[in-house]
Amino acid sequence: MRAIVSVVGKDRMGIIARVSGFLFSIDINVLDISQSILQEYFHMIMLVDVSKCSKRFSEISDELDKLGSEIGMSITIQHEDIFNAMHKI
Amino acid sequence: MIDRNEILETIEMIEKNNFDVRTITMGISLFDCIDGDSGRTAGNIRAKITGAAKNLVAVGDEIESEYGIPIVNKRISVTPASLLAKDEKGFLLVANALDRAAVECGVNFIGGYTALVHKGATAAEEAFLRTIPEALSSTERLCSSVNVASTRSGINMDAVKLMGAVIRETAELTKDKGAIGCAKFVVFANAVEDNPFMAGAFCGIGEGDRVINVGVSGPGAVKSAVDRIGAGADFGELAECVKKTAFKITRVGQLVAREAAKRLGAQLGIIDLSLAPTPAVGDSVAHILEDMGLESVGAHGTTAALALLNDAVKKGGLMAGMYVGGLSGAFIPVSEDAGMIDAVRRGSLSLEKLEAMTSVCSVGLDMIAVPGDTPAEIISGIIADECAIGVINHKTTAVRIIPAPGKTVGDSIEFGGLLGTAPVMAVNRFSPAVFINRGGKVPAPVISNRN
Repeated sequence: MRAIVSVVGKDRMGIIARVSGFLFSIDINVLDISQSILQEYFHMIMLVDVSKCSKRFSEISDELDKLGSEIGMSITIQHEDIFNAMHKI
Repeated sequence: MIDRNEILETIEMIEKNNFDVRTITMGISLFDCIDGDSGRTAGNIRAKITGAAKNLVAVGDEIESEYGIPIVNKRISVTPASLLAKDEKGFLLVANALDRAAVECGVNFIGGYTALVHKGATAAEEAFLRTIPEALSSTERLCSSVNVASTRSGINMDAVKLMGAVIRETAELTKDKGAIGCAKFVVFANAVEDNPFMAGAFCGIGEGDRVINVGVSGPGAVKSAVDRIGAGADFGELAECVKKTAFKITRVGQLVAREAAKRLGAQLGIIDLSLAPTPAVGDSVAHILEDMGLESVGAHGTTAALALLNDAVKKGGLMAGMYVGGLSGAFIPVSEDAGMIDAVRRGSLSLEKLEAMTSVCSVGLDMIAVPGDTPAEIISGIIADECAIGVINHKTTAVRIIPAPGKTVGDSIEFGGLLGTAPVMAVNRFSPAVFINRGGKVPAPVISNRN
């Protein structure tokens, strides 16, 4: 299953390292990354594959949320189908 | 990869604009629970519901987590209870079984303590109607509805008269809790069989054994889109922007419905394209109308603004949903919408204007508190007027009205949660008693003859 991880917050050093390091530690493969900084705000969208991860989706989501609080960012993970449903015909 | 702006738009709709799926409602047929003995029927009902909906809440939570879309309510609707027993004692056993099943499944409401008497009532249905106040006062999660009119058959005015008395008695029996029983009771014209929204949900007799119906929401997302295009946009652009937002909202509802039906082993029912407000800031239908350019909802122009909104929501949603049904349109419950509450308090929104608004949107006079001493025949008169609008315009209309115990215009009742706060509204005190007491039926209108 593929999902979108989105990371939004005030820019600081090491965000990509912390998020991708965490994903690597739980066997989530990053397929694509798009990142930008707008008015000091950091936006990162990652397309990931969670099929090799042994954790439940809700656990991944909770742990990303926890990591987000640690580094002062808002991090969410959502099944990619919600974006396809809303924006593709 | 999906366009980053589209991803950010989705996240913003959910996190900033309160976009959510309002309800996943599982319709369950209870016909196979009927036994000659009402006690056994009640036992069968409880067993069937707790089996069929055992995983409803867990599956809803799982989908919420995976897709990152809040699913506010998981609910159950059942076969109209008036068809499941034959006397008052039996109906009250059924009411109790439904309430207990709802508790065991972890759902906040169960709908279907319902009778369809638009053309007439059997002896059993008459007994059922008499039990409604007691059923609503002796249960926590049970919702009840009665269909008293249809375009095809006209208005059963005997039932309309009785409903005024049922509402008064329900208010009396639940007066210690602000007449909350009345917030769980709806009188309908042209009730639909696949409505996922409470209090009027029931699983119609034309439905299958288990069916998933989903109600989407998103007044906040529509409001944000209307804000973005600004006051300079003309009506065509305004309608187009609402349509596009409704399309996106409904596609998510469709995704959730398909997944829920698959995981629960139920038939995929319908998506209800409703804009359902909540008392939360930024989740108001009234505020959308005000953002369109009205100083306060209720101002002249409100009915036109609501008609545009309702039509654009349907046009956007119809293409997005595989099966569309339910009530489908904008809801205008007063107590559940911060903008409606403010409009009543500042004197811009009256019961008469709300009645006009119900002729162009989904459902009807919803969650309206009136003075506690409002006579039964005035309540029946209000119901009769709504039935007339529904029957003549070939649409669903409804009345969910609360005679606020010991309160009068200017006071409020606090229900809390999604039911919100109801400011007591003025009613016309001139009596319709002689008209209501005539008895019999208003014949079906000329538009009913379509064959």
